[in-house]
Amino acid sequence: MSTPLRQPWAGPLGLYHPGTSLLHRCPPEAKLAGLAVAGLAVGIARGPVSAVAALVVALVAQLVSRVPWHRTTRGLTATLVAVSFVGLYQWWLRGWAAGLEVVLDIVALVLLATVVTATTRADALLEVLARLARPLRHVGLAPETFALACGLFLRTIPVLVLTSLEARDAARARGLERSPRAVLVPSAVRMVAHARATGDALAARGLGED
Amino acid sequence: MIELDDVLVTAYSPDPAGGADHVVRLLGPITLRLTERRIAIVGANGSGKSTLARLLNGLVLPSSGTVRVEGLDTADDGRAVRRRVGFVFTNPDAQIVMPTPLEDVALSLRRLDLLPDERDTAARAALARFGLADRAEAPAHVLSGGQRQLLALASVLAVEPDVLVCDEPTTLLDLRWRTVVDDLLDGLDQQVVVVTHDLDAAARADRVLVVDDGRIVFDGDPAAAVAHYRALMAGSLA
Repeated sequence: MSTPLRQPWAGPLGLYHPGTSLLHRCPPEAKLAGLAVAGLAVGIARGPVSAVAALVVALVAQLVSRVPWHRTTRGLTATLVAVSFVGLYQWWLRGWAAGLEVVLDIVALVLLATVVTATTRADALLEVLARLARPLRHVGLAPETFALACGLFLRTIPVLVLTSLEARDAARARGLERSPRAVLVPSAVRMVAHARATGDALAARGLGED
Repeated sequence: MIELDDVLVTAYSPDPAGGADHVVRLLGPITLRLTERRIAIVGANGSGKSTLARLLNGLVLPSSGTVRVEGLDTADDGRAVRRRVGFVFTNPDAQIVMPTPLEDVALSLRRLDLLPDERDTAARAALARFGLADRAEAPAHVLSGGQRQLLALASVLAVEPDVLVCDEPTTLLDLRWRTVVDDLLDGLDQQVVVVTHDLDAAARADRVLVVDDGRIVFDGDPAAAVAHYRALMAGSLA
């Protein structure tokens, strides 16, 4: 039996999933504030018990959001792989409890952030970020520009993933699958070109000029 | 009306021998009045046609001379010019800056000071106009190339510019999507300036400019311009 192709993973953040759940209807300011509080809490609280509690909160948020599991678990797989190395290092350095705490804290925060972006339109997030960034006017930075930069970050994740996959395929086609340079160099060059083209496109649309 | 008066574009170019950079002429001198509703620009790769297109909304500023759109100088009133002149690029990926079509069109509409609900409604209407209503909330990166180009057009046209400049908008598209985009451009109320390699599309314009080596070598009737361009390319191969 054939296996259907899956769309390339687009990163853990940045994709809104339409819905009518409680979290979808919650104001974006409240969700961002909640995420900030959660970040502070996991940074302050010590021990694996608090980390487990943070993960439970994140899982409950995920359930309440009614965003399909595959939307978030796909992203978490890559996060788990990266965080496992950090956890193992912490285990070796400070014991199993510290290692477990680090892994659970980071997974909980990534899951919460994913739920926030999956239940909030980027447009609404930009609105809040632009409002929050108003004080930056005093140091010469336009709030809209700051918000736009955050929006661009979200959009750049899937572009970076797709560019890397294309570079990997091109390297494979040339028999260079074992050469990291054959993937990294073209990916970096293409991302720089993409950044320049995006800058041109933003200027052409008159965005970021406020 | 778009006016170019004695426009020259130059740039620094590295010396292959390792010496000091020297100045090269990319385009000009050019003096033009563009008043027709449909204008096509054709030319070989590297001939300067994209530079000419970019001059029209201030993405490139002239080294000397002036470019004016409805009397606004692109050098002094760039922001106002870009509100009047929309620009569509060859590759829509660089132009789509938000994760979903709805959010990308809404981003363009932010400068119109609409309420969020009004912006959402206007964005959905713009997407519906371009046949993308059912893809409004899909991830932008999973749209087909043709759909992404339609999205780029929707995002630019949502704010209803007076002029639309397109730099090879169909070069990356298959025949079906090329036809869709060409028909769409043909039906617009705006003045449209299109840089293209598609001579069939150029032949449908009201006026065609042929660019070669940074100069306009033919300006006029589409049939004659296309014939001139074909002869020019045949001559360059001989």
